[in-house]
Amino acid sequence: MSLSALTPAANDSDERGSAAAKDEIVLSARDVAKSFGSVQALKTVNFDVYRGQVTTLFGENGAGKSTLMKILSGVIQPTSGEIVLEGEPVRFASTTEATRHGISIIHQELSLAPNLSVRDNIFMGREIKGATGIDYAEEARQTRLLMEELDEPIDPLTPVEDLRLGQQQIVEIARALSVDSRILIMDEPTSALSASEVEVLFRVIHDLKSRGVSIVYISHHLEEALTITDHAVVLRDGVMTAYARRAEIDLEWIVRNMVGENFDLGSPPTGHAMGEVALSIEALSVADTNVPERSVVDRLSLEVRAGEIVCIYGLMGAGRTELLECVAGRVGPSGGRVMLEGEDVSHLSIAERIQKGLVLVPEDRQRDGLVQTMSVGENLSLASIKAFTKGLLTSGRREQGVVDESIASVHIKTDGARAEIGSLSGGNQQKVVIGKMLATHPRVVLLDEPSRGIDIGAKAEVFKLLAENAARQGLAVIFSTSEVGECLSIAHRIVVMSRGRIAAEFGADASKEQIMAASGEAVVA
Amino acid sequence: MSKHSQAPARKSGGFDLGRALLEGRAFFALIAIIVIFSLLSPVYFSTGNFLTMSSHVAIFGLLSIGMLLVILTGGIDLSVGSTLGLAGVVAGFLMQGVTFDMFGVTLYPPVWVVVILTCGVGALIGAINGVLIAYFKVPAFVATLGLLYVARGVALLMTDGLTYNNLGGEAALGNTGFDWLGFNRLLGVPVGVWVLGAVAIVTMLALARTPFGRWVYSTGGNARAAELSGVPVKRVQVSVYVLSGICAAIAGLVLSSQLTSAGPTAGTTYELTAIAGVVIGGAALTGGRGNVRGTLLGAFVIGFLSDGLVIIGVSSYWQTVFTGAVIVLAVLLNSIQYGGRKKSAAKAPANPESPASAAGKSADSEHAKAGKPTGKPVVQH
Repeated sequence: MSLSALTPAANDSDERGSAAAKDEIVLSARDVAKSFGSVQALKTVNFDVYRGQVTTLFGENGAGKSTLMKILSGVIQPTSGEIVLEGEPVRFASTTEATRHGISIIHQELSLAPNLSVRDNIFMGREIKGATGIDYAEEARQTRLLMEELDEPIDPLTPVEDLRLGQQQIVEIARALSVDSRILIMDEPTSALSASEVEVLFRVIHDLKSRGVSIVYISHHLEEALTITDHAVVLRDGVMTAYARRAEIDLEWIVRNMVGENFDLGSPPTGHAMGEVALSIEALSVADTNVPERSVVDRLSLEVRAGEIVCIYGLMGAGRTELLECVAGRVGPSGGRVMLEGEDVSHLSIAERIQKGLVLVPEDRQRDGLVQTMSVGENLSLASIKAFTKGLLTSGRREQGVVDESIASVHIKTDGARAEIGSLSGGNQQKVVIGKMLATHPRVVLLDEPSRGIDIGAKAEVFKLLAENAARQGLAVIFSTSEVGECLSIAHRIVVMSRGRIAAEFGADASKEQIMAASGEAVVA
Repeated sequence: MSKHSQAPARKSGGFDLGRALLEGRAFFALIAIIVIFSLLSPVYFSTGNFLTMSSHVAIFGLLSIGMLLVILTGGIDLSVGSTLGLAGVVAGFLMQGVTFDMFGVTLYPPVWVVVILTCGVGALIGAINGVLIAYFKVPAFVATLGLLYVARGVALLMTDGLTYNNLGGEAALGNTGFDWLGFNRLLGVPVGVWVLGAVAIVTMLALARTPFGRWVYSTGGNARAAELSGVPVKRVQVSVYVLSGICAAIAGLVLSSQLTSAGPTAGTTYELTAIAGVVIGGAALTGGRGNVRGTLLGAFVIGFLSDGLVIIGVSSYWQTVFTGAVIVLAVLLNSIQYGGRKKSAAKAPANPESPASAAGKSADSEHAKAGKPTGKPVVQH
């Protein structure tokens, strides 16, 4: 998107001087804390929302942004602290209650029913009753009015599934407005939008502000967010670390406050010679499953050598998962090819690729990694059954050997191979998924967000394990992450992905600011 | 994160009566049925009656084992009753001799050829089911419902609705021995029961000791994870329907041999009895859980119950009511068993890491995923 696309928001800076003078707090969280079990997701946070202005919440994954937003919108209740709306302390037992107070949230994953029309979605759950059932005419009239206000004259009877994602987002906003929302929370609203759709959204936000609607905005696209925000709040590890008005800050300020000091996640293994190119991705493209003419991975090329560790950094929707899944054989490419040690494997099945030594540790271990009905041992041996099969039958003794070796080599803490998979902690479950794939003795291992949802100690262990395998066995490792701190751990090389392409490439000596700028800038550019 | 994270169920060193009763419920139900009917009727508890009942069970048992394989992968096969009927008709048709007008000859295939061809018909129906489900993504319920009608219709077309009564063959034609399959006895036990035993042992071995067995369980437990682990999920799906079709064809052969006749309406609604046997045997309809031993017990529970009701002279209307009640009870107990397992698994990781993952996910603005288990749900009927 060009800068001129952002003019509505840019013009806004003229008004900012006067707006700042009448900063009026409409909603605030006072000493709000939230614990999940023994983990504190939020530690006594104070947060203010200003009337008719945009307050942006910055923070890395796991910083507590969404937890705070869920508390403000009634999705979850705080463990302690209070919420003050227009000077009155309030408690929201549910989202419905929050909506009644004029607070609406627009989730990143849209909550529309795709099979229903725009009209039906907007009035879902609070249909206008007429003399003979629902007053469709009145609903359609109001819908048309709303859509016109938002400058998106979509016919009220259009099924939502026929709309582009950006238009669907507008419908969500229309729904929020139809209940007279005074405070609108937007969680990563642009992550799935095209540049022109972002432009429309920003114009809408500008209109909303002028109508006195307060907006809370969350985004990983820092620069994009900077263009529309009036106030910036930074969260880190459940604590609010910084607040400033837009006029006082820049990108560096945000990044500095977001990242802070990080736990040591290791350093790139050295002292081993890099081997030949193990994996070569050549101009690979993957089509969007919903919009086949769009590419989620766009003619991307990448080479990884034996013993090398490459980190792929990118924001949500950058195409990391699609790239890795395509290389592993789960989805077919729309162009290009994948070479494993000089051999084209593009047309092989997942099983054949595993046999040749190309494996994937998927992003969502519950959905794609583990078989919950099987024991720890059965999960670990699932990908290498052939190793303990003789003739027609499997050998229990040899399987035990494979399993014991895996448990020891990836350091899984379990009662034994027969324990239920659900009895393990998140970090150990992740190690089971990694151990399962390493048991096949791969040459190249792809890991999609291997650190997701596991604690910092387990994270460090997982990285150490990968570094050891790369150094000792000459394993080529590609892992993806959306946390910039993890890029600067064991990776020899950092590849920044954006909108399906490689936006930048860095060595291990890159700075966090450089990496984040590369991923964020690419979105606006 | 360490030793204390074990599931509570595994800790109980003492004897938990409730749990033992729950896990062995099919076995205890069978004992209870035998005791009750033995008290109610003097003829129930006798070797002769047990053998007779067992030969009835053989039919349900064969269907149930095939059904078990399908259910373990998370599917369902509604076509087995019709396949059974069609198999009987095909066997009957072949036993009458096949006339080739072009050459003016009539071939009388020997019984072993009849058996193979009939099993082939069952395999074909299963293959159609499997391909529709695995490759064309037709829901299993719909695909096999379709085949239920098609197979039944073909059986009726082949016979014009009539029944083949002459299955004995003639010594002169070299096609005798059909009655050996189910009607005859070996060492005093009906051959059908032996067939069931053989199929059960082979299936047991296949499930417990072969890669295929592991593939079946993993496909039903989490097909996505299985696929990413290199399991040929689609081939496994086709295979289980083929095996289910073959089991139904074998059951059809045994039944028509037992009855010494093959009618096109044989086996109507047997698919439901087969599903009931699997469910009573403790398998989860969502896939991934269940075994042959339980399924056999389930088949015996249903067979011994319905025969018992006949013996003590309960009207057939009441038999239907009882059978239905037993099935509902079985599913109820299944959900208690797996529901308890799920809770204990959820409670178990009482360490800081698990909630951290929940918090991390929610903070990652993954609203849809946070808090909601993304794994395959265990039985929730």
